Amino acid sequence: MSQILWIAKTGLDAQQTRMAVISNNLANVNTTGFKKGRAVFEDLIYQNVRQAGAQSSQDTQLPSGLMLGTGVRTVATEKSFTQGNLVQTDNALDVAIEGRGFLQILMPDGTVGYTRDGSLKIDSEGRFVTASGYEMQPGIVLPQNTQSVTISRDGIVTAAVPGSVAPVQVGTLQLADFINPAGLQPAGENLFLETAASGPPQVGNPGLNGLGTLMQGSLEGSNVNTVEELVNMIETQRAYEINSKAISTADQMLQYVNNQLGR
Amino acid sequence: MDRMIYLAMTGARETMIAQAGVSHNLANASTTGFKASLQHAQTMEVEGPGLPARAFSMSLDRLADLTPGALQTTGRDLDVAIEGEGWIAVQAPDGGEAYTRAGDLRVDPLGRLTNGAGHPVMGEGGPIALPPFEQIEIGGDGTVTIRPLGQPANALAVVERIRLVNPDPATLLRGEDGLVRAQPGTAPPADAGVRLRTGALEGSNVNTVSALVDMIQLSRQFELQVKMMSTAEDADRASEQLLRMS
Repeated sequence: MSQILWIAKTGLDAQQTRMAVISNNLANVNTTGFKKGRAVFEDLIYQNVRQAGAQSSQDTQLPSGLMLGTGVRTVATEKSFTQGNLVQTDNALDVAIEGRGFLQILMPDGTVGYTRDGSLKIDSEGRFVTASGYEMQPGIVLPQNTQSVTISRDGIVTAAVPGSVAPVQVGTLQLADFINPAGLQPAGENLFLETAASGPPQVGNPGLNGLGTLMQGSLEGSNVNTVEELVNMIETQRAYEINSKAISTADQMLQYVNNQLGR
Repeated sequence: MDRMIYLAMTGARETMIAQAGVSHNLANASTTGFKASLQHAQTMEVEGPGLPARAFSMSLDRLADLTPGALQTTGRDLDVAIEGEGWIAVQAPDGGEAYTRAGDLRVDPLGRLTNGAGHPVMGEGGPIALPPFEQIEIGGDGTVTIRPLGQPANALAVVERIRLVNPDPATLLRGEDGLVRAQPGTAPPADAGVRLRTGALEGSNVNTVSALVDMIQLSRQFELQVKMMSTAEDADRASEQLLRMS
């Protein structure tokens, strides 16, 4: 009926999506290795109602045309892979990645997931697993009677076992990097999945070829900036209100026509 | 009677169109690099016998309000905002060159530098492609410097320079996809005076307060036109009553 209503509706939709992204960021302000998202907007196609430069008579031209916009849409919700702050935990099984790269996790369906959350656990068989129990890739198994574990900056895992003077080298934690980390698909459980947009993973030892290094006894906090998110929230709310104002104005205009004409 | 109601009708219709324009601006109140469109009406006179009283209204828009939007700092190294005037050249889906102010750049899996809407960013010699890098730095004049993957911090490489232009706004046209283009057959030269600020994005330049005032004004204007239509209807009814044989 009236395009105004539909244009304003796209505005409401977009602000609602943005609010959902902000809420998700705020909800994950204490999630280890969480990367904040943001909604990216784009103006929708324009209707060319009157072409600029068209002849208004044989000798005169319209100096400007009429391109009528049709609203806004959310093109993407992209993750921002800036470094979160490092939190000292002094837990031997906590590793934070300083720089680029992701830890590789073997998912139950056999595919590989990627995470920045380095709060590792040990399962009943001595394997390194995530909080959900998914195994690290490449797999690392600690000996039965391990006294303590050391993870070096370049990913070498050594275990101190009784009866041996030198610590036993158990394996190496490797990191994977992507050309476009923002193209990774967030899969929940602090995991990301490879997509066509992220490019294939380049796996290597920490510290080599531009990969980050590991910090034992630390965790990477969320990179959400709460103040920034609150300001975004206020802005979103006001933009939402203003778009609903446009809807009620269009409604009043049509109502006025109905009341005034054809009585 | 008929002329009056048709004249009032064009007024109401064009006011509705202008209202849609205001609505579009408000819907894009948080779109990166968006430029508000400005609506104005023009008289279109229809000449003929009788008094020259048939002046229809026709709604037009100019390219856009090109005042810069507020800069929002994001800290992301691929976010760039243009300080003052100027445009970033991108490749439109049809292969031609188009201009935008939205500088939320990213790198796609093929290593091309694109903006948030997926349009490849143009350098001096076509779309910019980046080798694998560890760190990227975009200078104030659009120079893209990278630290290639695995190279030490002193092995920086200058890849390309983002094509920045600053043509006369009067020669620009906004396309149906929201990108701005130069007149067909012309390409504005690169302008070294256009400055970029990295780690920031340019917000929408929609002034929500003035848009709301416009909305109220247009709404009242619309009611006025409808009132004219209903007056025309009343006059018609009265003349019908006069002529009725009782």
